[in-house]
Amino acid sequence: MSSTGAHRLLPIGVTGIDNRKLGMWIFLASEVMLFAGLIGSFVNLRAANLVMMTEAAGLLNRPLGALNTFILITSSLTMALAVGAIQRGNRERLRLFLLLTIILALAFMGVKAVEYGQKFSHHYTAHTNLFFSFYFIMTGIHAFHVLVGVIVLSVVLAKANSQKMDALVVENVGLYWHFVDVVWIFLFPLLYLT
Amino acid sequence: MSVVTFGVALFCSFGTALAGGPWLPENVSTIGEDIDHLYRVIFVITTIMFVLTQGVLVFFIFRYRQRPGRRAAYVHDNATVETVWTVVPGIILLVLAVYQWNAWADAKIRAPDSDEAIRVEILAQQFEWNIRYPGPDGVFDTQDDLTMKNQLYIPRGKPVLVQLRALDVIHSFFLPNLRVKQDVLPGPRNTILLWFDANKSGTYEIACAELCGLGHYRMRGQLFVYTPEEFETWLENKYKAKTPPADWGWGWEDGV
Amino acid sequence: MTNDPQANQVVRAPIHDEPPHPEPTSFWRRWVFSTNHKMIGKQYMMTSIFFLFVGGFLAMLMRWQLAYPWAEIPLIGKLLFPDSGGSMPPEFYIMLVTLHGTIMVFFVVAPLLVGGFGNFLIPLQVGARDMAFPVLNMISYWVFFLSGAVVLTSLFVTGGGAAGGWTVYPPLSVLKEAVPGSGLGMDLWILALGLMWVALTLGSLNFLATIINMRAPGMSWFRLPLLTWAQFVVAVLLLLSFPVAAAGLIMMEADRLIGTSFFLAHGLEIADMAVEAAGGGSAILWQHIFWFLGHPEVYVLILPAMGIVSEILPVFSRKPIFGYKAMVVAMVSIMGLGFIVWAHHMFQAGLNPLMAMAFMTATMMIALPSGVKVFNWLATLWRGSLRFETPMLFALAFVSLFIIGGLTGIFMAALPVDIHIHDTYFIIAHFHYIVFGGSIFAIFGAIHFWFPKMFGRLMSESAGKIHFALTFLSFNAVFFPMHMLGSQGHLRRIADPTVYDYLRPMQDWNVFITLSAFVLGAAQLIFLWNFVWSIFRGKRAEANPWRANTLEWSIASPAPSHNFEEIPTVHRWPYEYSSNGGGERDWIEQAEPITVEASGPVEEGEPA
Repeated sequence: MSSTGAHRLLPIGVTGIDNRKLGMWIFLASEVMLFAGLIGSFVNLRAANLVMMTEAAGLLNRPLGALNTFILITSSLTMALAVGAIQRGNRERLRLFLLLTIILALAFMGVKAVEYGQKFSHHYTAHTNLFFSFYFIMTGIHAFHVLVGVIVLSVVLAKANSQKMDALVVENVGLYWHFVDVVWIFLFPLLYLT
Repeated sequence: MSVVTFGVALFCSFGTALAGGPWLPENVSTIGEDIDHLYRVIFVITTIMFVLTQGVLVFFIFRYRQRPGRRAAYVHDNATVETVWTVVPGIILLVLAVYQWNAWADAKIRAPDSDEAIRVEILAQQFEWNIRYPGPDGVFDTQDDLTMKNQLYIPRGKPVLVQLRALDVIHSFFLPNLRVKQDVLPGPRNTILLWFDANKSGTYEIACAELCGLGHYRMRGQLFVYTPEEFETWLENKYKAKTPPADWGWGWEDGV
Repeated sequence: MTNDPQANQVVRAPIHDEPPHPEPTSFWRRWVFSTNHKMIGKQYMMTSIFFLFVGGFLAMLMRWQLAYPWAEIPLIGKLLFPDSGGSMPPEFYIMLVTLHGTIMVFFVVAPLLVGGFGNFLIPLQVGARDMAFPVLNMISYWVFFLSGAVVLTSLFVTGGGAAGGWTVYPPLSVLKEAVPGSGLGMDLWILALGLMWVALTLGSLNFLATIINMRAPGMSWFRLPLLTWAQFVVAVLLLLSFPVAAAGLIMMEADRLIGTSFFLAHGLEIADMAVEAAGGGSAILWQHIFWFLGHPEVYVLILPAMGIVSEILPVFSRKPIFGYKAMVVAMVSIMGLGFIVWAHHMFQAGLNPLMAMAFMTATMMIALPSGVKVFNWLATLWRGSLRFETPMLFALAFVSLFIIGGLTGIFMAALPVDIHIHDTYFIIAHFHYIVFGGSIFAIFGAIHFWFPKMFGRLMSESAGKIHFALTFLSFNAVFFPMHMLGSQGHLRRIADPTVYDYLRPMQDWNVFITLSAFVLGAAQLIFLWNFVWSIFRGKRAEANPWRANTLEWSIASPAPSHNFEEIPTVHRWPYEYSSNGGGERDWIEQAEPITVEASGPVEEGEPA
């Protein structure tokens, strides 16, 4: 069994899956449980405080929430296009779609900031009541994930022309990004539409 | 040498196990009889399992110790044996589980009729038990309520219904001689209903069984079980001893 | 899975073919920030052994207080508590209770078994040069180290370390006014557990990727050593249960820091002062979240220990493990059931009593796979040829003590009986039989067993046997009487048992337990001496001193930097002892090519 330099970039294991991709899936499984813990707690305490929770939910800005949902779904699309671009070796389009994804992510954060600002100006903060506690903690942790995504996407964008940046890295970032999107798709109806 | 050490050690733990026995405190409640019965049933089953498995272990250690000229057998599977020792304990455990449902339901699900029962409210706080009887009017939270600190009086042979609540942190209401234990949760919406009875007069102890702060160890109360007659007398005396509302019909008059 | 090793080579990992990188020569890269799984494993092990003595010391202080309540502590009392004349204040006692539990569970047993032996052995046992993600592995250790530093710091801050019990039930743990330890000490506790979550997630991620993806050619799932299987199952448990607790930790810290009330009901009062909180939260919710981690964590503590015993027993019985596949199925079902029995810790907590019945039934069923494992271990000894070196003594003791711990578990699973014994010494006795008599005995066995592979030397047999005998006897003297005290209603976590009339007659037992505990503690110094002495002066070990089959024994002792000169090809399962194929020898290693023509059908392949 001799080794060649080319192999070094392709850590394919016995299962035929790249270690890094396997690692990302395992990591996401753990992330799912983090949000499951939060969502499970929310559902549990919502049932115990139904009137207060639904009333407070009505105070959220649904149009802005819906806009953010739209923005994030679109960013998932641009992310998918970025992955497609590098798989075909088109680094120009990769850079374009990465940039678009970052812009959309920042737009999401911007809208979120506006929403937070509105809430604070009406004195709705994390200790106002249980609903807003959940609202700020859950959207806060989600926003943190978006922020991490923006940073990672920017690094990938900066190194988009490097030969070290293979399709798998972009695919992995894409996986993470879709996950962040899916979490939001759970949070939006849970918090805004109940 | 080590075999001997190990064998002696095993034998010691074995001996202590048998000597230990079901060593429960005196029981004075109806539900306690069921609980002690289950405890003994499980004790017998587990002791048999204990003796069998430890016995086999010790026997194998001596019987199959390395000796010159003998080679271990190449055996590593037996479907029949595997099935038997999965299914048999499985059935025992399942039967044991179902066998206990009734006692559990008596302890925590099937509350006695509140007309026949003595009703008491207990409010736990760091580090004492506030106990309240409804007074002659039979209604809680009125002027004539009787309150006690750390002392619970109940009549013998009558079910006692208790509503439990905590003021600050979680406590746990534990009556060792009545086999009663129930965590007490803080907050108005977490009131818990609990019931028990006592069939023997005497003085027993109330303990807090959930870590509740630095004074947890001294959150102790007393339970007095009286005969129904004694209890009625006690209650009447207590009501009488309570300072009656000072409604004399005249206030401070000027120019007297 | 194919039995033809050639077929596997086509699919398998080119990464394994990488020529070994030269060992880094700089001090920092080699000894401190090493990415080598063996160094990381040793680092985890050394740190955890340090914490074992810290946690043990806390236990000694507790036992002193229980035997001689409020008496001046000899030698160190005046030093620690100058204000109270050398006796410990009650808030210090509950801090001991809390941190003894926290340290032993999260900083000793779990990191020793998972961080120590998992890291050291997984790549060796699957036939890889290192973990899938060596850098993440290094980060995992240093985050764990940081977590340990935080928890040690918490002992010395104002108000002392966390004092809500290792389960830190709110409101006690959330409200600063409730107990002195719920100040900064509690914040640090949460931070330490949060860091632990990061460390363990990185670790489990690595374990899973390595076991799934980096197995050597021929190393099919059913040829994995049972210890590696156990590590696989544990990694899944940690990966999926810890993040739920992490969500809980975030919510708890928010309650403490920014005034949310996830775990606080409204209308609370402490010492006649109303607590300012919006309310609506639930103290029970935290218990669900905590035990959703806490119960799988218990299996994290015992499954690798079971794996260790499943490795040691066959080697010293010269006989294959009995019921290999049943063992694997048992571990996987423990994992599955482990996720759905958490509420049996909350039977008296105000849970819906009907729900409790469902949990009781599931809990009874989880005793089953554990029972199957015990029977399989006993059957492994049957018709074996038993040698009694120190690792074997600890493994046999494990089986014996685990049986006791398992059987007492049935008392607690039984709902009505649990009403009486919940939160008593019976519980303490039960889980110490599992976690000390089980896990720590297995750990001692494992340290003696794999020491040659780690350090190239053998530990002293005579010191090992003295340590074993003293530990075994004093362990039983400490914990067996606790069953009786617990049945009598002796409460746990109380600083002074003599407050209660019904406990006072048992005080002699408390003194006996305490004295035995001191013997137990002192016996561990023999181990410490043996461990340190043997690293430098122990007898040099050959490659395979125990004549064992798994892959780590096919390479030199200590294991060379990149494990295998050439990635081995695996030809059989790891328990081929005393079969006909070995000729004069009574073992055939996993990677040995088949040379004997007349080998039986089980030679090349998986257990039937």
